[in-house]
Amino acid sequence: MTTTTQVREPVEAGAARKTRDPRRKRGRSVFSSAGLYFATAVCALLFLIPFYLIVRNALSTDAEITGENWKWFPTDIQWGNVTELFDDPTVPFAQSLWNSTVVGVLHTIGTLLVCSLAGYGLARIPYKHANKIFYAVLVTLMVPAAVTFVPSFVLVSSLGWVSSMQGLIVPGLFSGFTCFLFRQYFLGFPKELEEAARVDGLGYWGAYWRIVVPNSLNFFAAIATITFISGWNAFLWPLVIGQDQEAWTVQVALSSYMTNQTVNFHLIFMATAISILPLVLVFLFLQRWLVQGVAQTGIKG
Amino acid sequence: MSTTTTRDATRPAPAKVSKTKPRRGMGGSTFNFWLFTGPFLIGLVIFVYIPIGWSAWLSFFEARYTVTPDKFIGFDNYKLMLTNGDFTKSLVTFTVFAAIIVPVTWALSLGLALMVHRLRFMKAFFRSVFFLPTACSFVAASLIWKMSIFSGVRFGMMNTVLSWFGVENIAWLANPNPPWYWLVIVTVRLWLQAGFYMILFLAALQNIPPELYEAAAIDGAKPGWQTFRYITLPQLRATSTAVILLLLVAAYQAFDEFFNLLAKTTWGRPPLVELYYTALGDDQDYGAGSAGAVILTLLICTVTLLQGRFMGFGRGEETK
Repeated sequence: MTTTTQVREPVEAGAARKTRDPRRKRGRSVFSSAGLYFATAVCALLFLIPFYLIVRNALSTDAEITGENWKWFPTDIQWGNVTELFDDPTVPFAQSLWNSTVVGVLHTIGTLLVCSLAGYGLARIPYKHANKIFYAVLVTLMVPAAVTFVPSFVLVSSLGWVSSMQGLIVPGLFSGFTCFLFRQYFLGFPKELEEAARVDGLGYWGAYWRIVVPNSLNFFAAIATITFISGWNAFLWPLVIGQDQEAWTVQVALSSYMTNQTVNFHLIFMATAISILPLVLVFLFLQRWLVQGVAQTGIKG
Repeated sequence: MSTTTTRDATRPAPAKVSKTKPRRGMGGSTFNFWLFTGPFLIGLVIFVYIPIGWSAWLSFFEARYTVTPDKFIGFDNYKLMLTNGDFTKSLVTFTVFAAIIVPVTWALSLGLALMVHRLRFMKAFFRSVFFLPTACSFVAASLIWKMSIFSGVRFGMMNTVLSWFGVENIAWLANPNPPWYWLVIVTVRLWLQAGFYMILFLAALQNIPPELYEAAAIDGAKPGWQTFRYITLPQLRATSTAVILLLLVAAYQAFDEFFNLLAKTTWGRPPLVELYYTALGDDQDYGAGSAGAVILTLLICTVTLLQGRFMGFGRGEETK
């Protein structure tokens, strides 16, 4: 419902300009400019409401969340919900936070290493079958990971990796999509720099580590952030592989609240808030890199 | 890896030369290719291709409660999946979902990008706000949607707001008639993904040379709809193509929000959820589940390749 109006706004705002002199580039009237800001602000508000609801519910009592008279603001802020969450023996929430952190960091480092090398090889090193291999990588983008989760699970369990960190981390390192992004990025990397390096006597390996990587730190940082986020938010694989509570990630812990018989709304929302918090902070602090990274992903058709 | 070493071993000359000559490694570009891509490709084979192959192999066997079956049954699993109705119903569910989510996300993310692009102040602020939901997981978002916004009882936000206008409580997820659950499913995904695609469109908008607009203005094109239709949209074509492709692939992989929002219902099951219940439900029928996975994979590949042909995705790279 809201979407149609959101989409139409900029066009309407543009239509209002029709009557103006086209040569006056800054000739947007105060009215249409105000309209633009109004529409943007309304959309922004809609996008922020879910965040607000998490915080509101996380700091309320169950009675207030499920009460008859729904209120925008909790009457009595319950900071005690934080300690109650971490003291709750049924779900090892602190352990799951730690697991997610370890998995997220190692997953990110490993993916960057493996996928950036492969992306560079595919983009830059001449090899007669490189195109075929690239298509073999592209094909994996189309196969839903979840389609193969049963045989993947069997494979990993035959390696003895169920409920282990390697089981959570290793199978996820070989992302066709990340490799694809690196390839697209390296295709756009100025060739002259590498050629100069090679004239100076560096091989591909040397040129890569001494020239290409140091000049691509922005892109690496952006991909690192995106990879960390997707690792932190992954659900299906950690659910399948995390048989013991000790190996739960924060998403699995979160979903376990949904399947519990007793529904503690305030704990559920406090857990949700805490699980989102690190990523929101990452987003706010690394905004510029992230946006650049997504924008630079080389998706230009 | 084995290919790497044998290839290298058969041609020891360039490797030795490289030690003495400054242009080391230049002769063995094949070796270097495998050095760079080898670790990734080995992992890809072990953790992606072998499971796919295993799935394909399982699909021809009677494989209930076991993944090492011995009874070969040919195409019976495929027949079962295509005739039992639930799986084909899930394909219909997916088609409906894709038919809604792809164009709506495309339009919303483009609309947001156009809005943010035209802002003169607080551009970064609004960009952040629309991008922020990308930080959320589907699990977390499903929790909020199911237990706070679209809760079927009165304490849900939507029903509370609607009650101000005298609307009766709506059971958003518990009743397929009318299918309100689509509103819940579509909005949760829109909220999560629109900001990401908005960034792609924003980048593309910034890359449109301003001379184009000046030339259009001289030619008498009116700013607004005409400029948008004849300059902006065509200039965004490549990005639009990529965005639609990514959206389609993402829609095919829909699992988390359907699973979390509609866990105990029988409606609104996309293929992956259906397969999850076939393979890991009470029956644990890995054979039938794998047959479904193979059908689904073939379908996705066909659609994606067809779309690629029609819309020319990937053409730009080959000319490079």
